[in-house]
Amino acid sequence: MTRLSGGLIDRTQTLNFKFDGKRYQGHPGDTLASALLANGVRLIGRSFKYHRPRGVLSAGSEEPNALVELRTGPRQEPNTRATTVELFEGLEARSQNRWPSLGFDAMAINDLFSPLFTAGFYYKTFMWPKSFWEKVYEPAIRRAAGLGSISMQADPDAYDRGFLHCDLLVIGGGPAGLAAALTAARSGARVILAEEDFRLGGRLLCETETLGEAPPLDWISALESEFESLPRLRVMSRTTVFGVYDHGIYGAVERVSDHLAQPRGRVRQTLWRITAKRAILAAGAIERPVAFADNDRPGIMLAGAMRAYANRWAACPSERVAVFTNNENGHRTACDLAAKGVEIAAVIDARPEAKARGDYRLIAGGVVTGSRGRLGLTSIEFQTKGRSEWIDCGALGVAGGWNPNVHLASHHRGKPTWNELLLAFLPGEYGPSGLRAAGAAAGRFSTAEALRSGAETARCALADIGITAKSLNFPTPEEDAYKIAPVFHVPGRRRAWVDFQNDVTVKDIKLAHAENMRSVEHLKRYTTLGMATDQGKTANVIGLAVMAELTGKTIRETGTTIFRPPYTPVALAVLGGGDIGPHFHPPHLTPTHRWAEAQGAVFDESSPWRRADYFRRKGETHWRQSVDREAQAVRSAVGLCDVSTLGKIDVQGTDAGQFLDRLYSNMMSTLKVGRVRYGLMLREDGFPYDDGTCARLADDHYVVTTTTGNAGLVFRNMDFARQCLWPELDVQLISTTEAWAQIAVAGPRSRALLERVVDGFDLSNYAFAFMACAELTVCGGLRARLFRVSFVGELGYELAVPARYGHALMNRLMEMGEDLEVTPFGVEALSVLGMEKGHVGGAQLNGQTTAEMLGLGKMVSQKKDAIGAIMSRREGLAGNKRRLMGLQPVEPGSKIVVGSHLFAEGAALNHDTDQGWITSACYSPHVGSMIGLAFLENGYERLGEVIMAANPVEGESARLRVVSSHFVDAEGVRLRG
Amino acid sequence: MKAALVRSRTYSEVKMLIPHPVLGLRDAREFAYLGDARLIDRPDPSAPDAEAAFCDYVYLRDNPAGAHRELWFHEHGDHSWLVVTRNTITHEILGAELAHDVALARKRSVK
Repeated sequence: MTRLSGGLIDRTQTLNFKFDGKRYQGHPGDTLASALLANGVRLIGRSFKYHRPRGVLSAGSEEPNALVELRTGPRQEPNTRATTVELFEGLEARSQNRWPSLGFDAMAINDLFSPLFTAGFYYKTFMWPKSFWEKVYEPAIRRAAGLGSISMQADPDAYDRGFLHCDLLVIGGGPAGLAAALTAARSGARVILAEEDFRLGGRLLCETETLGEAPPLDWISALESEFESLPRLRVMSRTTVFGVYDHGIYGAVERVSDHLAQPRGRVRQTLWRITAKRAILAAGAIERPVAFADNDRPGIMLAGAMRAYANRWAACPSERVAVFTNNENGHRTACDLAAKGVEIAAVIDARPEAKARGDYRLIAGGVVTGSRGRLGLTSIEFQTKGRSEWIDCGALGVAGGWNPNVHLASHHRGKPTWNELLLAFLPGEYGPSGLRAAGAAAGRFSTAEALRSGAETARCALADIGITAKSLNFPTPEEDAYKIAPVFHVPGRRRAWVDFQNDVTVKDIKLAHAENMRSVEHLKRYTTLGMATDQGKTANVIGLAVMAELTGKTIRETGTTIFRPPYTPVALAVLGGGDIGPHFHPPHLTPTHRWAEAQGAVFDESSPWRRADYFRRKGETHWRQSVDREAQAVRSAVGLCDVSTLGKIDVQGTDAGQFLDRLYSNMMSTLKVGRVRYGLMLREDGFPYDDGTCARLADDHYVVTTTTGNAGLVFRNMDFARQCLWPELDVQLISTTEAWAQIAVAGPRSRALLERVVDGFDLSNYAFAFMACAELTVCGGLRARLFRVSFVGELGYELAVPARYGHALMNRLMEMGEDLEVTPFGVEALSVLGMEKGHVGGAQLNGQTTAEMLGLGKMVSQKKDAIGAIMSRREGLAGNKRRLMGLQPVEPGSKIVVGSHLFAEGAALNHDTDQGWITSACYSPHVGSMIGLAFLENGYERLGEVIMAANPVEGESARLRVVSSHFVDAEGVRLRG
Repeated sequence: MKAALVRSRTYSEVKMLIPHPVLGLRDAREFAYLGDARLIDRPDPSAPDAEAAFCDYVYLRDNPAGAHRELWFHEHGDHSWLVVTRNTITHEILGAELAHDVALARKRSVK
């Protein structure tokens, strides 16, 4: 066991957990990584490419190595960083990317063939034959490589999203962030403090330094109680700000119940969209290692992480450790560990002038040149003044310097700038506007500097938005020197790892350079340096330093690649924010939906609506039986269909008629009050895009209907015309689609049925002729609108009542029409009936067909301007000779397949001989065979001709006869009766 | 191994704020985007070269790097069309006017 004394863990409680099936124990306050280290587990995973044994490198979200599969069953989550997973009772985790076991991984053979797997390997090796890539190479590589696996089961947890607004967003709750939040919150500003960790404090939790002679924990506790008394401050722990977006919008994920075995009724995570007037990046700094031969063995970790595990989590990977450093920080690790009773084998400091800060062996001016230990470190080799020595140790802390956490500051292509003194990139000048860095993220590494910079940055940020904040006094921490020396890697023959997660070594960078990859962007893509899930948080700077050395340039001249969102991986589930299943795209339900359900309706999606497709009756086993019955009932008796989904737009104003003349290709201002006219709308490019009816209820009041699918688009276009094109017209628009329930009452007995519900309204053909409309009352005083229009080509009406009465009206009509054999019909029968009349729908009005083709050429008035009028007269449009025609099979039993192309009988089947195509087809119970609608070259001149419909996809063809597109009542006698 | 690196980039939805002249700062998600505000200038259909003018109007757009005046429709709001001036390089929103006012002013100045 390597559990030390002290730490911020609750030893009164024990938590049981499993790793790779083996049982261990830890305490509340532990992470999975700290608990494993405390249990003496150093080996946690296998590397991506070479399957090298790997352990914990860091103590935070920058971790490249210790990725595990967490939980089991549908909650199994691959690639979870053990360093950020809070321990809970019953936690189960498994190592990944190994087979058959972590200790013996057969794929480790890759390591022996490492000369083959260098940079650019894939580009060079799997090139030939080309067809092998998709079928052979890629699947094989994917199996052998990679990260964890997913359960393939649906995620059982709930996710949510929320919106927050504040004056100041503080990202990070270390000393700088705490000072900033306190300064701002005391001034009365609205403040959000977001901390990735489950505790506030940042590095203060991991260090032994004092704040005003007291432990930092006392200061944090006092702050936490004050924070609770500040109502305009919102402290969000377990919350990662992952991206900066335009205009001060920040994306954040709050891990609401990731620390619990199960969410138990709460959401798992919440996606927050934070709109902040100003923000402070106080995300601290990330330590980087030094690359040396075999520097990736389990037990070799960052010195700052080693110190964090000892001080915060009372854990240490070994009882005997060494430290390799190029700055004063490494000595802190040695002192802190020694104080906890860990034996310090040696501190190897690359700086010749280094001085020991405690009672340990110091190798000044030395570097580590090698390591041993197959599944965990057993010894290291160092070199100083030309001599080498091996010493035994179970862990090595490496302190290569700190990189300010510039991730978020580079999201708007803000290039970090190199600081020669700190040997690190600092947030650049042109990062996201409104975001300032403070504390270690701005290169203020000492606690004293971090506190000052946090408070001062908050005051500046608030001053920008007119809020004055007072300066506060903070307890004085001990000042500590940094004194870093430029040592990024130790030259040697063996492989030295730069990017642990993607297995990029110093050799790979050299090879990339030798192959002329001189730009950092090329280096990154050729070697995959910094392209793993950790985005190279610990690796990039070392890679650049090696590159700079090779090119003889400075790091500043070499430049750097930048980070992009997300800061740490974000689950797709939380980005969806709960929009799954029925919530993904909530359907609109018609006013008669519940009634239709009770009638056994089968529903269909017609975006955004759910409409009754057909009503299945007892004994009907095939949809065609239901549809044929419904269609026949409409032609012989009377049918009811909910057509509320049609778009309805109220147009009012003294210029309403003139306005509609400019929108419809045909005239509307000449329409008499109490009459309805069919109308066609063109796009400005001259193609028709929607049709519908336009009813005039009063001189200054029209009601326009649109197709279901275009309701939103037509309304938007009308509003565009009103506001942007003709703002001088007196006209107002309102969409009333959802306000009215509209029921089509169609069939020879429709008048008889309606007479039973209207309140003394004369429905005779004389008083209320075809294409009449009126406002009236029905069912004893209910206000309604009645239109004598019919899509199905029978005597028919559409009756509209306020939407909340739709259900009741449908019930009443069914009741009153029982003896008239009233039959509800769905969208399927509606389209069969419409097709029998040759009415165009979405299949014909597809935005590529002209009014002439549709047989609606006369509807484009030549007497006036309207949207699309000019362009519809273009040569190319006017010259199209295809026309909408009806088709019937020559052999009554044969099929008509939609999408088939039309050819003259006996002609070769190719593009040059193509004569048109079939847009829609159905079985017509009225005709007794299939019928089709098609666009056919010079169609009007070819009535009666037999043509060939070819369907090469199915290898079928059929002989069809060209007929009129009006299969029923071409003269319209039934309609007008 | 490199080929297996299937990176899932997070293409978050557009996150922007638009200063509505009547309603104040509104989230861009409440709007539908149309494009170049020159669509306000519908050509004169009675002009001799109307067809050519309409062809330009329908099909040709400038694609400036920098300030761009464009039309946004407050579809999930008050249904007003706005002329928003946006810097296409930085996404900075430089202003927003009611398209109705812009169009009306344009017509008055032509007269």
